[in-house]
Amino acid sequence: MNIVVCVKRVPDSSARIKPGADGKSIDPAGVEFVLNPYDEYAVEEGLRIKEKAGAGEVTVLALGGPESAETIRKALAMGADKGIHLKETAPGRDFIATAQAIAADLKPRPVDVLLFGNRAIDDDGAQIAAETATLLGLPYVGVVTKLELNGRTATAHRPIEGGVEVVEVALPAAFSAQKGLNEPRFASLKGIMAAKKKPLEEKPAAAGEPRMELVKLDSPPARPAPRIVGNGKDAVPALVKLLREEAKVI
Amino acid sequence: MPGPVVVFIEQRDGKFKKACWEALSEGRRLATALGAPLHAVTAGSGIAEAAKECAQYGADAVKVADHAKLKAYANAAYARIVSKQAGNASAVLFSATALGKDLSGHVAAMLGTSVAQDCTELKVEGGRILAKRPVYAGKAYATVAVKAGPLVATLRPNVFKASAPDAAKPANVENLPIDAQDADFRAAVKEILASASKKMELTEANVIVAGGRGMKGAEHWGLITDLATALGGAQGASRAVVDAGWRPHEEQVGQTGKTVSPTLYVACGISGAIQHLAGMSSSKYIVAINKDPDAPIFKVANYGIVGDVFEVLPALTAEVKKLRE
Ligand SMILES: Cc1cc2nc3c(=O)[nH]c(=O)nc-3n(C[C@H](O)[C@H](O)[C@H](O)COP(=O)(O)OP(=O)(O)OC[C@H]3O[C@@H](n4cnc5c(N)ncnc54)[C@H](O)[C@@H]3O)c2cc1C
Ligand SMILES: Nc1ncnc2c1ncn2[C@@H]1O[C@H](COP(=O)(O)O)[C@@H](O)[C@H]1O
Repeated sequence: MNIVVCVKRVPDSSARIKPGADGKSIDPAGVEFVLNPYDEYAVEEGLRIKEKAGAGEVTVLALGGPESAETIRKALAMGADKGIHLKETAPGRDFIATAQAIAADLKPRPVDVLLFGNRAIDDDGAQIAAETATLLGLPYVGVVTKLELNGRTATAHRPIEGGVEVVEVALPAAFSAQKGLNEPRFASLKGIMAAKKKPLEEKPAAAGEPRMELVKLDSPPARPAPRIVGNGKDAVPALVKLLREEAKVI
Repeated sequence: MPGPVVVFIEQRDGKFKKACWEALSEGRRLATALGAPLHAVTAGSGIAEAAKECAQYGADAVKVADHAKLKAYANAAYARIVSKQAGNASAVLFSATALGKDLSGHVAAMLGTSVAQDCTELKVEGGRILAKRPVYAGKAYATVAVKAGPLVATLRPNVFKASAPDAAKPANVENLPIDAQDADFRAAVKEILASASKKMELTEANVIVAGGRGMKGAEHWGLITDLATALGGAQGASRAVVDAGWRPHEEQVGQTGKTVSPTLYVACGISGAIQHLAGMSSSKYIVAINKDPDAPIFKVANYGIVGDVFEVLPALTAEVKKLRE
């Protein structure tokens, strides 16, 4: 079983985000970077599939600058077997150009299960998985909260408004992981040590053909000054009055 | 004349979604600003008659792919149909629903372009379309544009205004051929398990009542449900609550949950961690109930009550009910 998991290095979820001086990128001061939380679910699922199958290999792939090697090591420390680092070569890469570069690298490789996070918590693209799968000609189920493999058939659950879609696909296939799929394991000290020795292939990422450009990055609109209406249940009539007469929402 | 603005209209069991009328109405405004025609595209089975409704929101042409094979959502097959209609389009719009977010990625790949997901604003400037969208789950907003080809975008529900339907507008309906290949049906939906409770979807709700760890336990959730019911809204939760198993994952609001922007968001016993604020601070009105006057949630709240949820919530629910009677 060949399992490939795509991972991205993103600012930690607790990071304060400030647009930088160029009005396009974020001010990196004080920002810590981590493995995208949704990708942790994807890595965990890859490891579980391999463990259940009793054989196979989990490869993690990241496209990005030199620091992405650290992100790959994190997944290797969780238990993945080897890494592929597609080094960024083309500034101004957009989503489709990322998908094109990932697909170009994976095309000649044998892949049974291709896993992604459902979105990267930096630019919230929520599309690389569907795009890469389409470019590779793989069937794809996105935003998956349950994945069961039975031989060469996978059954995936995908929550939608008011229900859950059940999709059955034959492998090879691609999936993106949603919170709820599993509980990602922590890397053990042994895992962290072992990760240093695991193979990491480095190569330049194919340029791709970017189509979308970032015109500017803004802070969210300021919220109106907050107001404390009062204390305890005695404040309820005043709150309801404000909601009714000032906000006009009830 | 610029190429058409194409809007995909999604349906389930022949019923179209409100969010799609919002997208179609925004498509109309965009088409008018560009001087382009507006095309509605829809797919399903036995929907040809119902699809005429699209004209009422200003679609110059309603293009319907109607076939038994399209009854259940099949991402690649639907995408094949939509992308065929989109080659020379100025824009291809979807609602940012589960289906729209999925389908848009497939369509974009077929067109060789990217998607602007979850847009909150579209405008035409100097002949090109600018799309504004939250990034970092709402901690920042990106304005994006395409260098060539159509802008593929999904529009966040509840943000764009649906115009009043004009029943007098004649429908110009065109049937689309189903030229999807067998391979396009490999990931077709097999069945839909209805969620146990007929709950309102968070991202589409106008009012959300959300609870945090201050609710102390799943057994007290009735207080949240009662207020949500009285206000006609949906229920949400902080991650702490979801991770404790009090509430299901789909109710989580925040950076690793849903990003929501209802008209009214009531946060009960939620501290207002940065990851939670990311997901809800674009709500129009925020009410916070927390016993700690220094809780960060009060920094974003239009109205706050410092107090115990177990005392404030029943009183608030009773007061709202009184109003509604
Ligand atoms: C990678 C990552 C992603 C995350 N993503 C999310 C996310 O998407 N969404 C999210 O919500 N969090 C997320 N978090 C978690 C976040 O950091 C906080 O831990 C979480 O939001 C806290 O939830 P809470 O406000 O319910 O609990 P707490 O922070 O424990 O706050 C409870 C609040 O209730 C108040 N309270 C207690 N008793 C009462 C009472 N009787 N009456 C009134 N008030 C009372 C307290 O004063 C306190 O302010 C994430 C964290 C990480 C690391
Ligand atoms: N630069 C990247 N390198 C590797 N995988 C990526 C990259 N960007 C996105 N992905 C994968 O695609 C998923 C969805 O990202 P996005 O569509 O950008 O929200 C992520 O969770 C990753 O699994």
